Amino acid sequence: MSDTILKVRDLNMHFPVGGGFFGKSTDVVRAVDGISFDVRRRETFGIVGESGSGKTTLGRCIMRVLKPSSGSIVLRRKDGQEVDLCRSGKAELRDIWKDMRMVFQDPQSSLNPRLRVLEIVGQSLRKSEGLSGKDLSERVAQLLRQVGLRPEFLMRYPNAFSGGQRQRLGIARALATQPELIIADEAVSALDVSIQAQILNLLQDLQEEFSLTYVFIAHDLAVVEHICDRIAVMYLGQVVELAETEALFRAPKHPYTRALLDAVPVPDPRKRRGKHKVSKLADVGAGSKGCRFAARCPHATDLCRNEAPPAKRVQDSDVLCHFAGEI
Amino acid sequence: MTVETTLGPSGTEEEHTPELLGPWALMWRKFRRHRVAYVSLWITGLIYFMALFGDFLAPEKVDETNRRGIFVPPQGIHFLVTDEDGSRSFQLHAKALKMQVDRATMRRSYVQDPDKIIPLGFFVEGYSYEILGLIPSKTHFFGPKNPRDIVYFLGSDRLGRDILSRIIIGTKISMSIGLVGIVVSLVIGVSLGGLSGYYGGWVDTLIQRLVEFLRSIPTIPLWMGLAAAIPLGWPPLYTYFVVTIIVSMIGWTSLAREVRGKFLSLRNEDFITAARLDGLTDWEVIRKHMVPSFSSHIIASLTLAVPLMILAETSLSFLGIGLQPPIVSWGTLLKEAQNIRSIIEAPWLLIAPGTMIVIAVLALNFLGDGLRDAADPHAH
Repeated sequence: MSDTILKVRDLNMHFPVGGGFFGKSTDVVRAVDGISFDVRRRETFGIVGESGSGKTTLGRCIMRVLKPSSGSIVLRRKDGQEVDLCRSGKAELRDIWKDMRMVFQDPQSSLNPRLRVLEIVGQSLRKSEGLSGKDLSERVAQLLRQVGLRPEFLMRYPNAFSGGQRQRLGIARALATQPELIIADEAVSALDVSIQAQILNLLQDLQEEFSLTYVFIAHDLAVVEHICDRIAVMYLGQVVELAETEALFRAPKHPYTRALLDAVPVPDPRKRRGKHKVSKLADVGAGSKGCRFAARCPHATDLCRNEAPPAKRVQDSDVLCHFAGEI
Repeated sequence: MTVETTLGPSGTEEEHTPELLGPWALMWRKFRRHRVAYVSLWITGLIYFMALFGDFLAPEKVDETNRRGIFVPPQGIHFLVTDEDGSRSFQLHAKALKMQVDRATMRRSYVQDPDKIIPLGFFVEGYSYEILGLIPSKTHFFGPKNPRDIVYFLGSDRLGRDILSRIIIGTKISMSIGLVGIVVSLVIGVSLGGLSGYYGGWVDTLIQRLVEFLRSIPTIPLWMGLAAAIPLGWPPLYTYFVVTIIVSMIGWTSLAREVRGKFLSLRNEDFITAARLDGLTDWEVIRKHMVPSFSSHIIASLTLAVPLMILAETSLSFLGIGLQPPIVSWGTLLKEAQNIRSIIEAPWLLIAPGTMIVIAVLALNFLGDGLRDAADPHAH
């Protein structure tokens, strides 16, 4: 249970800003800034944060769709071999992508509208195992059954499916190569609540059945609480708090996490909320040398504004705050 | 339109069918709902039929001159003949004409000869030709029953040649030579636009600056210069062929931009990323996912480019730097109507080919519009 499948160390993804025809770019956006964490085998690792916090970029870096600026992502493959994805070439990545798959946010745009289900779900099998014809359609039909779809849907086009069914197709495609790690980028955000629950249950059942490890990227705390074992909270490209789900929801250590949890709507008009109100997203200039959250933090001091906080370990939580455990 | 709710209680396959349609079938359904475009498709089809079977459709030989039929106005088709005993019977015919010359002004005029009619019919015998250049034949779709009679349905020109036949024969050149140019634009446009959009960076910059440079060159002087640079000894069709290819060397620019834009937007689509993650190589992603996604747009923009090519041919021929007589095309026909005298004395020289060009260009434009709308998933 506790052996590590994915080790992310000091990961940076900086995008240049500005710069035109002749000019050099002057500034960078630190979408992912010095992130480190481990993902254990068979756990569900959640990444939450507001939009713009860099969680999707982080997911795409782990998938190696984007090439990170620096850092390392070490994946332990099925055969026990450890590979650093940041140093892998195109051909090697194509092989690694069999062990590590992705489920996309928008089931509408992640399925090519011009291909049939057989082709969409089966193209990785056709490529990696050289399956075709009857063998391929049998395998795809089996995959459809595993995600709760009828095998007769094989010859249909994506436009014949509802949103929930399409996301099931996306999951079937991810399962095709029998991966160990699945990165789900906002996999249920585009669905309505009743369908969300179905898909989450499906994901949990599949995890049991195939001993999968999930990296689950989301912005909805209720969803994350339901499915994740551990959660990393991201703020402006950094992981500000990483803890077990239960601990994080019971006793959040970072002021941002607290504000985030506070923002979850409570279905009771008499309950007052807003104890930990934060100001609107401040302008995050390049020269922010202190804590990135300082401008919005109700507890900020001069120390916060001038010095970047070190990573602290407080009661099994990793927190990025000067006053972690004190406030 | 909600598709789920159309499922009947029995859930039979018939009720599923609309959902099972593929993207091309859906496009076709949408296209058929566009009435004007659908009619235009038929007209375009007819015009190309005319181009293929021109000799079959043309009543007269295209370069047959007739000294006694100069500037004959269009002749009508009549249906009933009155016999000597006063009874009327059905017989397609045209009235025979007699030429009269006014001694004072030296002008010709034609009056109907009341004693003589020219019987007309379908599938009549005429000059010999080969169907599609293969099967020898003498049968023509419509014309005078006696091969020695001549009827000018759309009038005749200064050499007594039949305008209708010339328009029909001219279709072949006018509708086909543009296609060659379009194929050249297509090949260059898609490959350079694709390179530009897929790789980006300096490749993109280089190609885009080249496009901007080419677009900034004024075209008519360029064409004139090129036409002058081509050796005079070449046969006129060959010359024009070269000119079209040169014209399309510039014509690819807009297509290249369109393709580049499509590549740029597709590159960020999730299904492209998904295909890469499925282990497909760059080339496989382009071939299997990207090209099919914009092929419908390409077809639409090509359809819209054909009328431009036809108009270019027409205006080049009109200016005298495109096709030259004796080649028959719509442009060279219009060139016959280039002076005031023929416009006053024989306006059909201008009206007949002009109408044909307008019909062809409009039909192709509507067809292209319809295709584009049908291909666009966001259009209503």
